[in-house]
Amino acid sequence: MATIDVPEQVSVLADAEALRKACKGWGTDEKAIISVLGHRNAVQRKQIRLAYEDLYQEDLIKRLESELSGDFEKAVYRWVLDPADRDAVLANVAIKKLSPDHHVIVEISCTRSPEELLAVRRAYQTRYKHSLEEDVAAHTKGDTRKLLVSLVSAFRYDGEEINTRVANSEAKNLHEAVKDKEFNHEEIIRILSTRSKMQLMATFNRYRDDHGTTITKNLEGDSGDEFLKTLRATIRCLNDPKKYFEKVLRNSIRRVGTDEDALTRVIVTRAEKDLKDIKELYYKRNSVSLDQAVAKDTSGDYKALLLTLLGKED
Amino acid sequence: MANPCEVEVLNNALSGIGVDEKSLVSILTKSQNEHKKSMRKGCSKFFLEDERQFERWNDSAIKSLKAEFKLFKDVVVLSLMHPWERDARLLKKALKKGPPHYNVIVEIACTRSSDQLLGARKAYHSLFDRSIEEDLASHVKGSERKLLVALVSAYRYEGPKVKEDAAKSEAKALLNAIKNNNGDHKKAAMEEDEVIWILTTRSKPHLKVVYEQYKKISAKTITENLEVELLLKETVECLCTPQTYFTRVFDTALREDAKEDAKKALTRLVATQEDVDLKGIATKFEDKIKERVKGAYKDVLLGVLADDRK
Repeated sequence: MATIDVPEQVSVLADAEALRKACKGWGTDEKAIISVLGHRNAVQRKQIRLAYEDLYQEDLIKRLESELSGDFEKAVYRWVLDPADRDAVLANVAIKKLSPDHHVIVEISCTRSPEELLAVRRAYQTRYKHSLEEDVAAHTKGDTRKLLVSLVSAFRYDGEEINTRVANSEAKNLHEAVKDKEFNHEEIIRILSTRSKMQLMATFNRYRDDHGTTITKNLEGDSGDEFLKTLRATIRCLNDPKKYFEKVLRNSIRRVGTDEDALTRVIVTRAEKDLKDIKELYYKRNSVSLDQAVAKDTSGDYKALLLTLLGKED
Repeated sequence: MANPCEVEVLNNALSGIGVDEKSLVSILTKSQNEHKKSMRKGCSKFFLEDERQFERWNDSAIKSLKAEFKLFKDVVVLSLMHPWERDARLLKKALKKGPPHYNVIVEIACTRSSDQLLGARKAYHSLFDRSIEEDLASHVKGSERKLLVALVSAYRYEGPKVKEDAAKSEAKALLNAIKNNNGDHKKAAMEEDEVIWILTTRSKPHLKVVYEQYKKISAKTITENLEVELLLKETVECLCTPQTYFTRVFDTALREDAKEDAKKALTRLVATQEDVDLKGIATKFEDKIKERVKGAYKDVLLGVLADDRK
């Protein structure tokens, strides 16, 4: 379930005007920005941008970029974009890092629906004049590359049909690949990057039933092995995305100094999806609410925006 | 008694590509038993003298005839089908028929636009309750698997922008892979990851530049260097020089000794390509088509390739 709080009636014209007022003149009224944008869904945000462009012949996003700064600016920028465009930007940022953030690519390719992933690929092409898969391929190597390119290229069947025979045999294949520590096995990549999500759940369940432990437990290993890490992230995202996001949040807050990029990414991308469920998981795991943890670890306008997206009342 | 003229007409109506339905109708409706008998005796290609004194159909001739009759039906069915369903079914069939037919998968994956290929993948979901990549991945073995799955999964950028530097270095990388600069460990080019990711993720304009750059650093073109790796060769051809590929399909199908698969390839091309390029090539073959192809199938080919198509 979503966490953002959207009012019954919305006037995008009034919103555009309010945002203009917040940006005009000396200084910026960040609270006003948060109180408008923090309470609008993706469709409304898009309409506000169009209305703003119409009224003031200026791109709202560019204006916000120039008025704001730091973590707050990054968060607002990501929040205002269309979800597909946002994912394209996140993917590009992850790829272009000196040491690419493979798990972000995994996250995007494995937790979005097949149609959403297609939209991301289109948005990526429009923005960067390259396909997502060619950029991923050009910036990664070896088995990690094989895995990631396959994951971003997938257009999984999104129906409910599953084949139990296949689930059984592939649970076996996975177990064999895992116990021999032959993680580079083509089979693992094939199964994880082509099967439908429902099929994979059946396979993972069968694995657990047959071997008394989850496949991710069997993949625990050398934390220096980038491919293994990416593989674990893949399975976690496919198997239980909410649990995965809870872990990312937990790790981002726990670190000495918060990992704002990860915190922003999860909250912004899940606020309209399942952040509510993730919050519940967080509370169960950490005995403190996510709101409290975020409030303790962040400050200023950045904190205010995050808390708004988390559903806090103004 | 059938006169030699009529026998010739019958022979012609059943020879070549397709069948001359009109002639056949007029012959058969005017023939009585005795007449037909003498026609059978005159058409030794289709009828054999049996030891028990009757003229029987040549079994292999019937088989070939079946295929010729089928050409019209196939082109009709294929042409009327939604392009997405068409491609999905062609892909499924090629997969089922096995390795000698994998070139069809290459053809479809490489000659469709990005959105057309995507459409085929969607149709595949609807028709078969699975994704094409999972079926390919679980049924194709060996190094062909990597190539085919990646080709079918591509959603290539279609803009004109190409990075010359990247194209240059990728041409070099391809040359290295093809020349096996791995000492004495001979590895097929198709098994090299570099080759796969370049060919399956880069845009077509980019690959065309890579093809040109390759010519500058090698005595032969990429396709000439890949003569032994047929599937890879066709991949490069369809992506970089589709004209060459289309021309070859037409040429092979319209030959005297053309096999069934060659003619099916022609049907497939004609029914599925909306390419302007295709029309250019087709006009070169117009005379051959008029000469070697018969009946309704010929009419469809000529009609479909004509300039005033809606």
